[in-house]
Amino acid sequence: MKPRVAVFKFASCDGCQLQFLNAEDELLKLAAQVDFVYFPEARSRALEGPYDIAFVEGSITTPDDARRIIKVREESRYLVTIGACATAGGIQALRNWADIEQYRRVVYPSPEFISTLSTSTPISEHVRVDFELWGCPVDKQQLLAVVRSRLSKAQPAVPGHSVCLECKRRGNVCVVVTRGEPCLGPVTRTGCGALCPAFNRGCYGCFGPADDQNMESFARLLVSQGVQGDDAVRRLRGINGYVRPWRETADAIAAGKK
Amino acid sequence: MPSRRAKSRKIQVNFLTRVEGETALRIRIRDGELIELRLEIFEPPRFFESFLRGRDSREAPDLTARICGICPVAYQMSTVHAFERLYDIPIDPAVRELRRLYLCGEWIESHALHIHMLAAPDFLGCDSIIALADKNREAVERGLRIKKVGNAIVTALGGRSVHPVGACIGGFTRIPRREQLATLREQLLHVRDDAIECVRWVSHFDLPAVTRDIEFVSLRHPDEYPMNDGRIASSKNIDAAPDDFDDFFEEHQVPYSNALHCRITGRGPYFLGPLARVNLNFDQLGPDVMSVARETGIPWPSSNPYTSIVARALEVLYAIGEAVRVIDAYQPPPVPATPYEVRAGIGRAITEAPRGSLYHAFETDDRGLIHSARIVPPTSQNQARIEADLRELVPDIIRRSDIEATRMCEMAIRNYDPCISCSTHFLKLEVERG
Repeated sequence: MKPRVAVFKFASCDGCQLQFLNAEDELLKLAAQVDFVYFPEARSRALEGPYDIAFVEGSITTPDDARRIIKVREESRYLVTIGACATAGGIQALRNWADIEQYRRVVYPSPEFISTLSTSTPISEHVRVDFELWGCPVDKQQLLAVVRSRLSKAQPAVPGHSVCLECKRRGNVCVVVTRGEPCLGPVTRTGCGALCPAFNRGCYGCFGPADDQNMESFARLLVSQGVQGDDAVRRLRGINGYVRPWRETADAIAAGKK
Repeated sequence: MPSRRAKSRKIQVNFLTRVEGETALRIRIRDGELIELRLEIFEPPRFFESFLRGRDSREAPDLTARICGICPVAYQMSTVHAFERLYDIPIDPAVRELRRLYLCGEWIESHALHIHMLAAPDFLGCDSIIALADKNREAVERGLRIKKVGNAIVTALGGRSVHPVGACIGGFTRIPRREQLATLREQLLHVRDDAIECVRWVSHFDLPAVTRDIEFVSLRHPDEYPMNDGRIASSKNIDAAPDDFDDFFEEHQVPYSNALHCRITGRGPYFLGPLARVNLNFDQLGPDVMSVARETGIPWPSSNPYTSIVARALEVLYAIGEAVRVIDAYQPPPVPATPYEVRAGIGRAITEAPRGSLYHAFETDDRGLIHSARIVPPTSQNQARIEADLRELVPDIIRRSDIEATRMCEMAIRNYDPCISCSTHFLKLEVERG
């Protein structure tokens, strides 16, 4: 029997699960190897668990979703978070530094109809996660590699080094050195192919923190580039802003310690 | 004859499938009368308009892109055009053309996705594209080929198809070389016949024959099919500048949806998207696409919402031809982006996302920090129109089984290709009947 795969969505933009559908060359081959038994965006019939692999997109932002993720975990043998929202809380985690009542009032004339939590949190704050795949969006090839690993009962592995290594390998001109452009590349996990520097701009941290990051040194680099205070805080509080090392550094800068 | 077995019937679809995002539909019918019909968008709100406050305008195109993984280019385009108006930045004609190419890529990718993966399974009795591939592998492979070329365009200009990184206020951060676009041109020409075949395929689907009194709204431009530029036009004679959006359209909240509803002030629901654009801009599709459109036998303009899948396929064909035109005429602009100074002010823009007109308005302070943001996505604007279509289905639904009723409702909703992730600031079907 083919492994039973489920794709769940929480607070998110759909972009990570879209990567399955963007696998134009691989989709039909993939469907021959696994059975997408639960994938509401792509299939009307939803089959019950248990699921062999569950891909979870999105962060937890409502009381209902906080309950739903527990049920998803119970039904799933192997749970993979896909993307910045599920893995770090996403861009919507900017609410974690704000007054949610005010947020509600800005968007909705009748805020009392809106059920939401005051925080956006990653899946790992709620249930055990077997593998976290970073990226905003996740890289299609990395996503397919996770499926392949599980088909051969192996633990998936993706590189954890910084964007800088990939950037050099790609032959990009360093935007920090040559243009003084602020760039999160030194502290960001590789996976995008050093895209932003290849497009003449600094990395903005889509793939989250690299394994070998040095935040203290990075904070000094920002200061030396004239990026301080609110400007530095904004750069760290972005797509993956709620992930611990970046959160702590930004909070320290905001408190005036760095 | 409507069933008289039960006094009260409730149809409930708790999780609408093959749409982007989380929605429910609840219909209550008593003694053959509709008591309640509501499209409940329970997709959790992410509060973009709130957290954009205090952010730097230069970050905005990367942030608003995250509203939607399927149409990030349209979000970037509405955002950059709003700020370019705010900062009074002249845009090089070559950059303007490249942005048309960029949006062509997203239309092709998003429309091919919707036609083949979300909508076609309805008409062919399948539950997914994978099941559809068992029945008609050729059509599925054709769809995937078309979609791939759309993604290739976005990737050429933005580095990747989801949340691309190349667009910025003033232009692009990197502009393509002519040789790079030549490869795309080959790929586009390769799928042009596929796109014609796709129009013929969808126009032979068993499309319900209905006509509805609908007000269609889209941009209109005197010289071109609308994408990033034009005035707001409607089938009931609105002609307005994008700056005057608020004079004609109003947002309001309903208690059961996380997406704000919209209406034309003093009139009611309206229809955005490919069918609206084709209806209002048929003359701008060019002779080749117009000829393929006429071959379908559908009278254009069409007031049948089910013909929107054909309009979508026509736009794929149009976008392929338009992309080739842009590439053939391409001369790289002198600089990738026009330099600019930030200032305090208000900037507004509408661009045509795959699902319809997307309105953005930003107010900044003198440091270029965002003071307030307003984003009105096509799906929230279409919500009231979707509910109106569903109400017209009710006399039919009463006679059907729950499974059949759900399928009919989902098809009616899919005419709008709703993107629920976008609109939440969007379905479950629940029908109570009797």
